[in-house]
Amino acid sequence: MIAYIIRRLFYAIPILIGVNLLTFTLFFMVNSPDDMARVHLGVKRVTPEAIELWKADRGYDKPLLYNSKEKGIRSLSNTIFFQHSVSLFVLDFGRADDGRDIGRDIRQRMWPSLAIAVPTFIVGILLNITFAMLLAFFRGTYVDVWGVVLSVAMMSISIMFYIILGQLIMSKLWHLVPISGYDTGLRALKFLILPVLIGIVSGIGAGSRLYRTFYLEEINKDYVRTARAKGLSSLQVLFKHVLRNAMVPILTGVVAIIPLLFMGSLVMESFFGIPGLGSYTIDAINQQDFAIVRAMVFLGSLLYIFGLVLTDISYTLVDPRVRLE
Amino acid sequence: MLDFTFKILVTDALLYILVTAIIIFIVYARKHEHLSAPWRQIKNKKLAMSSFVILLFFVITGFLDSIHIRQEIKIDTESKTQQQVVQYSSEVLSLLDLLLTKLRVQTEKTYSAPFAIHSFTKEVTDDQQGKPKLYYPRLKYGGAHLQAQDSRIYDIGKRLLWALFWTLLVIVLCILLVAKFVVSKNDNKNEKTNLNTKLKTVLSGNTSTPWLTILLVMSIPVFFIASLVELGPFYHIMGTDQVGNDVLYKTIKSIRTGLLIGTLTTLIILPFAIIFGITAGYFRGWVDDLIQYIYTTLSSIPSVLLIAAAILSLEVYMTNNPQSFTTLIDRSDTRLLFLVMILGVMSWTGLCRLLRAETMKIRELDYIQAANSLGVRHRKIMSRHIFPNLMHIVLITVVLDFSGLVLAEAVLSYIGVGVDPTMDSWGNMINGARLEMAREPLVWWNLTAAFVFMFILVLAANIFSDAVRDALDPRLRKA
Repeated sequence: MIAYIIRRLFYAIPILIGVNLLTFTLFFMVNSPDDMARVHLGVKRVTPEAIELWKADRGYDKPLLYNSKEKGIRSLSNTIFFQHSVSLFVLDFGRADDGRDIGRDIRQRMWPSLAIAVPTFIVGILLNITFAMLLAFFRGTYVDVWGVVLSVAMMSISIMFYIILGQLIMSKLWHLVPISGYDTGLRALKFLILPVLIGIVSGIGAGSRLYRTFYLEEINKDYVRTARAKGLSSLQVLFKHVLRNAMVPILTGVVAIIPLLFMGSLVMESFFGIPGLGSYTIDAINQQDFAIVRAMVFLGSLLYIFGLVLTDISYTLVDPRVRLE
Repeated sequence: MLDFTFKILVTDALLYILVTAIIIFIVYARKHEHLSAPWRQIKNKKLAMSSFVILLFFVITGFLDSIHIRQEIKIDTESKTQQQVVQYSSEVLSLLDLLLTKLRVQTEKTYSAPFAIHSFTKEVTDDQQGKPKLYYPRLKYGGAHLQAQDSRIYDIGKRLLWALFWTLLVIVLCILLVAKFVVSKNDNKNEKTNLNTKLKTVLSGNTSTPWLTILLVMSIPVFFIASLVELGPFYHIMGTDQVGNDVLYKTIKSIRTGLLIGTLTTLIILPFAIIFGITAGYFRGWVDDLIQYIYTTLSSIPSVLLIAAAILSLEVYMTNNPQSFTTLIDRSDTRLLFLVMILGVMSWTGLCRLLRAETMKIRELDYIQAANSLGVRHRKIMSRHIFPNLMHIVLITVVLDFSGLVLAEAVLSYIGVGVDPTMDSWGNMINGARLEMAREPLVWWNLTAAFVFMFILVLAANIFSDAVRDALDPRLRKA
């Protein structure tokens, strides 16, 4: 299995290079380094020397992809793309255009992101599994029918409405929690309740409906009938046999997300003014800070690939028939 | 009557292509039993048909909003001897705009509540003694026909009753039409029936296609249209927004945006997903490796970031090349098209993966081997023997993706990388409503209007797509 994991991680390298190349082309297709310098230096009193200096300072004074002045390998390596990409592979994110250390920013900002994402994720999954189990237990009755109707209705509502209504009711009308903001340490708790709650509620509809179909697929199989026939109660069958088998499809979706929790939620964080990685990304997009955008894209892709490997490993844990080779 | 000329936007043209494709498919499917059987199954389901009726009204509205014209401007030319030069207004209007002219042009100064006759904000004026006085001014159009002693509630009630009357008239007419022309074909084949017994069949709900349910559901949008006709010119049914535009008009205009994003995205991805998916699964080897590499790379990029980067690039391009985008509507249309394309680039990978896996299964089957050994060319095998067997996956994905894309528009517009801020869309309305929620007293109608329309569309789409999946997926199909 270890050999398998190592091989998978090696596959990641060409993919990451591709990701970098893509973001790079997309960004520099319309944005020349001169434009970037002008945006950052401001429109007034900008001289060609200042632009040259800004570019040289940040390593943007080289050709983009191919340096025709150099020979051999140097013609590829002495370029903006190469110089800015190669350090990413050792997780050195370099500096943002305003001179801040991106790596330090990320390490600092991942905690608020995690503080929202992890509770939302764990409680959300547990609730979804429970609700789906209830629906499956009452299958064919009115509880099931109306439960499904309710979940479809809930998943038809945009996340924006959940957030706006949540803020309106909990903060503006009932004054239970602050509308937005963040604090350090335990005092952050009161700022976290609302986003976590909204995150859970908005996900219940889609989640429980999806998991219900997983259960129903299992419930009609022969081993369930056998278990019932030998006298086990239907609750026992549901929890011991069906749940374990339904875990396989559930895990497919869930485990792949876990690493991406680091990235935070763009919408949640900017709505609630939480200084996490999500709002960091939005700020960078608005300021056209290529260094940060590229770092976040790289991090996101890395975590995504990591999630795929994790999913494969988790299969072997829940389903002993699966072997990685 | 003024003359006009048609103006076809790029997104309009794509929509026409889509509609033509759907019509061709329907005509083709009617002739082939294996294609029409699942759809007949959908036709007989109450819930599916109810949602379909609702969707149909949305689609018609969106389609009317996609036929754009430019009206001729009448110029009083003094020298009539000169050759008349026909000039067209730079304002591009759709057929829907023309139908809703009253709603479009009757704008107030600023906010007003639904059915209000007074403005939402106070204004200062001098009274007789010359002292400044705060008061709520009457609206220019909202309830302008009312005299001081007239009751507003009574007036609204009267107009609603008229709307109800028209609705009943239309529905009764429809019931008669259905009884006369449709029922006889499907039901009561042997009996010789008159209109009376046919009516009874329809009203008892014993038809194979649930006509009674369909007509009852239809009464809701019909009533909506009737009240729009009765009340729209006299009141702002959903109030007005910050600059005094009618909120209901804006909400109805947003339908086109939502529909285009939901449908055109899939139209754009289909060729890529189908060609790449089938070739990867069929040829295996290095072709497969290459295509797998492309889609893994694309899907590993966080989609919001890629969309944001793409839209920002477009903005920069637009500021650098202002000469290519002369009118506002050209700008917003280009941006919509670009958004649709980049959403497509992000979402074709899922379908491609499904198609590749299914092709890999199919190519091992005997009939493909037989075709191979008979010397049928690869291209023909893929198009004639593999592709038809993947159609159900394509159709299911298209309808399932629709509601997700409509919802995604709202989020993207909030982040600022969605459709153009000047374009009517639910996302832009919600985004604007965020600040209104902080006002005292609350300005709730913008958000509510966007919510209701978006919710109905997405809910109907979700229910309908469930029915389509149940009918088309062979694994779920009951024997």
